[in-house]
Amino acid sequence: MQYEAVIGMEVHVEINCKSKVFCGCPTVFDAPPNSQTCPLCLGMPGGLPVLNRSMVDKSMAVGLALNCRIARETRMDRKNYFYPDLAKNYQISQDDQPLCYDGYLDVDVDGEMKRIGITRAHMEEDTARNSHTVGGGQSGVDFNRSGVALLEIVTEPDIRSAQEAFAYLTALKQLLQYLDVSDCNMEEGSLRAEANISVRPVGSDKFGTKTEVKNVASFSGVQKAIEFEIARQIKVLNDGGTVLQETRGWDADKGVTLSQRLKESAQEYRYFPEPDVPPIVVDDAWIDAIQKSLPELPTARKERFQKEYELSAYDAHVMTLSRAMADYYEAIVKAGADPKKAANWLMVELLALLADAKVEISDSPVSPENLAALIGLIDTNVINGKIAKEVLVEMFKTGAAPAAIVEEKGLGQISDTSALEEAVQAVIEANPQQVADYRAGKDKIFGYFVGQVMKATRGKGNPQLVNEILRRELDS
Amino acid sequence: MSALWYQKTAKEIRDAVHTGEATALDIVNSFIAHREATDGTIGAFTQCWDDEARETARSIDEKRQQGQPLGPLAGVPVSLKESFCTRLGKTTGASRILENFQCPYDGTAVTRLAQADAVFLGKVNMDELAMGSSTESSVLQRTVNPWNHDRVPGGSSGGSAASVAMGCSALSLGSDTGSSIRQPASFSGCVGVKPTYGRISRFGIIGLAPSLDHAGPLTRTVEDAALALNVLCGEDPADSTSSDKPVPDFLQGLSQDIKGLKIGVAEEYMTDEVDEEVRGKITEALDCLSSLGAELVKISLPGTAYDAAAYTVISTAEISATLARLDGVRYGMRDPEARTVQDMYVMSKSAGFGPEVQRRILLGTHFLSGKNIQNCFVKAQQARSLIIREFEEVFTQCDVIAGPTTPSVAFPFGSKSDNPVEMYRCDRFTLGANLATHPALSVPCGMTEAGLPVGLQLQARRYDEETLLRVAFHYEQNRGFDLGFPPIS
Ligand SMILES: [Zn+2]
Repeated sequence: MQYEAVIGMEVHVEINCKSKVFCGCPTVFDAPPNSQTCPLCLGMPGGLPVLNRSMVDKSMAVGLALNCRIARETRMDRKNYFYPDLAKNYQISQDDQPLCYDGYLDVDVDGEMKRIGITRAHMEEDTARNSHTVGGGQSGVDFNRSGVALLEIVTEPDIRSAQEAFAYLTALKQLLQYLDVSDCNMEEGSLRAEANISVRPVGSDKFGTKTEVKNVASFSGVQKAIEFEIARQIKVLNDGGTVLQETRGWDADKGVTLSQRLKESAQEYRYFPEPDVPPIVVDDAWIDAIQKSLPELPTARKERFQKEYELSAYDAHVMTLSRAMADYYEAIVKAGADPKKAANWLMVELLALLADAKVEISDSPVSPENLAALIGLIDTNVINGKIAKEVLVEMFKTGAAPAAIVEEKGLGQISDTSALEEAVQAVIEANPQQVADYRAGKDKIFGYFVGQVMKATRGKGNPQLVNEILRRELDS
Repeated sequence: MSALWYQKTAKEIRDAVHTGEATALDIVNSFIAHREATDGTIGAFTQCWDDEARETARSIDEKRQQGQPLGPLAGVPVSLKESFCTRLGKTTGASRILENFQCPYDGTAVTRLAQADAVFLGKVNMDELAMGSSTESSVLQRTVNPWNHDRVPGGSSGGSAASVAMGCSALSLGSDTGSSIRQPASFSGCVGVKPTYGRISRFGIIGLAPSLDHAGPLTRTVEDAALALNVLCGEDPADSTSSDKPVPDFLQGLSQDIKGLKIGVAEEYMTDEVDEEVRGKITEALDCLSSLGAELVKISLPGTAYDAAAYTVISTAEISATLARLDGVRYGMRDPEARTVQDMYVMSKSAGFGPEVQRRILLGTHFLSGKNIQNCFVKAQQARSLIIREFEEVFTQCDVIAGPTTPSVAFPFGSKSDNPVEMYRCDRFTLGANLATHPALSVPCGMTEAGLPVGLQLQARRYDEETLLRVAFHYEQNRGFDLGFPPIS
């Protein structure tokens, strides 16, 4: 039998508010354990949650960017369960009235656009972190993460393959980074993805029993875990078995999912409205203000780059991978560089240097203005492309302006006709045999003469002029 | 003269300290001496901060000597219910589970009192985690009714009421989720005010049922309550349910007479189930109000019949979640025998919580489980909405509602502690104001033949503490008796 997979994603993303969602504690990653806590996020008696308004702003921005509807009146709820990493033994979350609901995200899957429905995005607080490595048979809890602002984004079961799931996560991360609401760092746990996976015979409109896959530390891990899980479920069914509803953990080393917990019935969370936080009333003015504050989003920006700068779809895609990249690119163009040359220099040369040095584009030692100036030096024949690459390496090292480097190192292109004629003459005299061959019709060795002249001028000869003079001298 | 400072009201004390008639230290010493003489019998105080109190008093006296301005409660000796979070001493909630809990911060109400130059004498007893109506469920000690030592002082703020009635503190900070300020005030013979929800910050009070919890003062006079409310009320950024409504000067609001005010009398509050003697005292009080020019109007509050059910479901549901944090993981009692996480929860809570607390946590968990959410919790919320609407409607017919605070006077120890339903019935006239969140108070309106105080409950529109206090003040000034102090035995 032919099966198809039905997948829904649940993504928890830490929102980069300056303080926690219900108290004033800071949220610096990797601070010493329990150094960022207060009576509230430690769950002490008498502590009261005060909702951080910037959390609502940022969550609403995500909702609008995901084409969601925004609830006009919503509230927080208590989700009750006991666990040592949960300071109050209830999590302040949203149950049946999420702030954002009923949206979608268009995702590029191998050049085809696929629309993934967004069921909801709701605000909640993160839990603390349990540690079982403190020794002495003891466990520790670090409450620095307790109460950090968390947005849970849930899709419809619209995803049909591991590849689509990967594309969704990539697009979502790109969107969140464009909105500057999260650093989306899976390794540090600021983005966590879980997949609900089931399979069913092709053509069936019923859902199979789903499993929930957790503990995945990377997008490619998610893709592999889903691939494994789909194959596992199909094998179970083909062998005449039944898929159990359960939570499975991804073991990245072994490349398998393993059963963690059977879900015999839905866990009882005893949700009820959080009495300590007043209802959240959202009016048109608030939504308008957030809507207006949204940056140009990736898809729109990519389309504009194709139109405005005549970039290819691929180039426009790369130039808009991140907001920082797109901003950088546009700054080069704004500083006067030709859009296509700007894309080439950024994509081919600068990105390679950044990748080698493991530096983010936002921290690039080469400013977009200086990169534009470098392109300008080529355009005005001050240096040639080959020298320009050397200059860029120097710019990357020192952050200096290209003109200063060219000046200091004497890299300026030789466009002085008489000096080049001299060099050409010397090459002709030193290579009588090759000259004879060329004149006998062996056109192909013309490049050899160019190379010799460039070597003699240490690469600084204006290539166009060198060509011209060589042709003139050899063909005469 | 100075030996009798404990008999003075908070306002008299404040004025004496402001004018220099007395030093704060003399006043504090007078209260400490009186407590030492009486509290061995009464048992109101659970923690005595004598040294710190004298220290504070000295610094207030110094401030005055240096010509610095003094706060509106300068030198006023205050006791705090065990549920108020303070850095000083312990914050036990009168529960085993928090027996040794030292809170790292002061709550807002406490901070406001300190900023007003009040002097904290210590903490006073209460029912365990504020669940109860007699202070019998405290694990710390027994507190007796100052008027009859065989009877309960009321609860849960029983220590607050007994200490104020006895003259061992001029003002006590209490909390009221269903009756816990007004009922002990009525039983022990003092004034207790539960202002509108949101008037006083709940930050730093061991929470019980956040949508019903209120803080408020217990005092010997209405004037003192107004003085305390001036200090305690106001928006607090640490409590997002606190109100940003402007706070009027409640003291100033007392003076205007009550001619023409409509006093609503509900038949539901004057049934046969109310002790005849209590009904008699209430009738006398109504006559007094009428003689002052207020107009008595008949009102009907049929929703009162649903108060107890709605209150039980909502309060226990909220309790079950709010108290979940008392688990022995981060602070508080942890059973040393526990070997697994599951055992740590079960054993710590089983040993740390008394039967009434366990009963309410289990009830609340039950009301939130499965279909009960729809059948119980949601229904109770709907009933609450109806109760709110009913009060809104009634307050278009009258300015203040008057009736008994409790159906009967203070009962003997042990007479209701085995019968929770009987115990809950003490609260049936007071629950409405917690559900509908409007202000209410209890003011003494006489003594029974047996020498036990009776309380008159007044209720007013949301945020209209001014009218509430004004009616109570004029009643108190004209009621024709002085309650005085219980005899020292
Ligand atoms: Zn905190």
